[in-house]
Amino acid sequence: MLILIVGCGRVGSAVAKRALDAGHTVSVLDSDPLSHERLDKEQSTTWEDAGGRFTVGTALEIDALLEAGVEDADVFIAATSGDNTNLVIAQIAQRRFNVPRVVVRVADPGRAAWYGEQGLLTICPTQQAIDQASAMALSS
Amino acid sequence: MYVIIAGAGKVGWNLARELIAKEREVTLIESNHGRYRVVEEELEHAVQYGDATELWVLERAGIQRADLVIAVTGDDEDNILICQMAKEKFGVTRIVARVNNPRNLQHFRLLGVQPAVSATDLILRLIEHEVPEYGLIQLLALEEEHLEIIEVEVVAGSPAAGRRVQDVPLPDGSLIISVLRDGSGFVPKADSVIQGGDQVLLILDPGLEGQITPQFAPIGSNAAA
Repeated sequence: MLILIVGCGRVGSAVAKRALDAGHTVSVLDSDPLSHERLDKEQSTTWEDAGGRFTVGTALEIDALLEAGVEDADVFIAATSGDNTNLVIAQIAQRRFNVPRVVVRVADPGRAAWYGEQGLLTICPTQQAIDQASAMALSS
Repeated sequence: MYVIIAGAGKVGWNLARELIAKEREVTLIESNHGRYRVVEEELEHAVQYGDATELWVLERAGIQRADLVIAVTGDDEDNILICQMAKEKFGVTRIVARVNNPRNLQHFRLLGVQPAVSATDLILRLIEHEVPEYGLIQLLALEEEHLEIIEVEVVAGSPAAGRRVQDVPLPDGSLIISVLRDGSGFVPKADSVIQGGDQVLLILDPGLEGQITPQFAPIGSNAAA
């Protein structure tokens, strides 16, 4: 299974490493070349030696998505720091490249809920924090 | 008519001014607080502070009753999402989006955000209009209808120069609709004679340009669009 992850931050890089360990083909796309360091951190080999792929580029550029392998991707994860960027590239993956499973990180609960209803698998860390904090605060 | 404009940059602010002068009801939304304060001094209650990509900000601005939503922020992703939510979530029938980077135009189309206006493209069109070397100028593209209108300069000595309109061999799906000569234009009849130096307007199915331009270019040249 080819998993394409856009955004090599804390979330993207950690998911990438876990997916590679689980035996999948993993391709990471980020506009910042230095973000690659997160993939090598605390690993015995480099990301590439471990079998991972890394592409430097902006996800709105179709060429960068193609280079990262979007056409063959089974899973697409949009995990950049921008909600709107994530929602646009996720829809590009879904509608233009027909990626079967598209996961999007959206910090704003309102947009996460509505786009979730439109068929995207949205993750909202803010909503999770709200739920958890409320549960902790209000549990007797 | 109630209009919501997202983004109080040069474009958004001036649009708001023009529409207010035309007695439209306008709400401008700006997410930068400093900018909001500046614009608010002039537009007062017609500008609201907030991120127009957040649903509650759009709802606070009264998007449910908006007739038109215009997204002119400096960020293409924001403009796409604002218009997409206006149209699909809130049922706004008319939207207009600004394209900052012309390469993103394909994304606006893919997600159904149209019309999308690109200043770069508009300026390019103007340049093409002012630079006659281009030969062929696209005046209007009706993409939904699959038609376009182009302007072609008739070069003296070209196949069409000196011929009647009906004798110019043009492909099916194209029609000469106007001739511009000495600063004025007329609608030609089948027996009107085209002259070198004329400007000819044609309506055509997109993609036929390559078969049309040789009729108006010097014989043997390869002057295409």
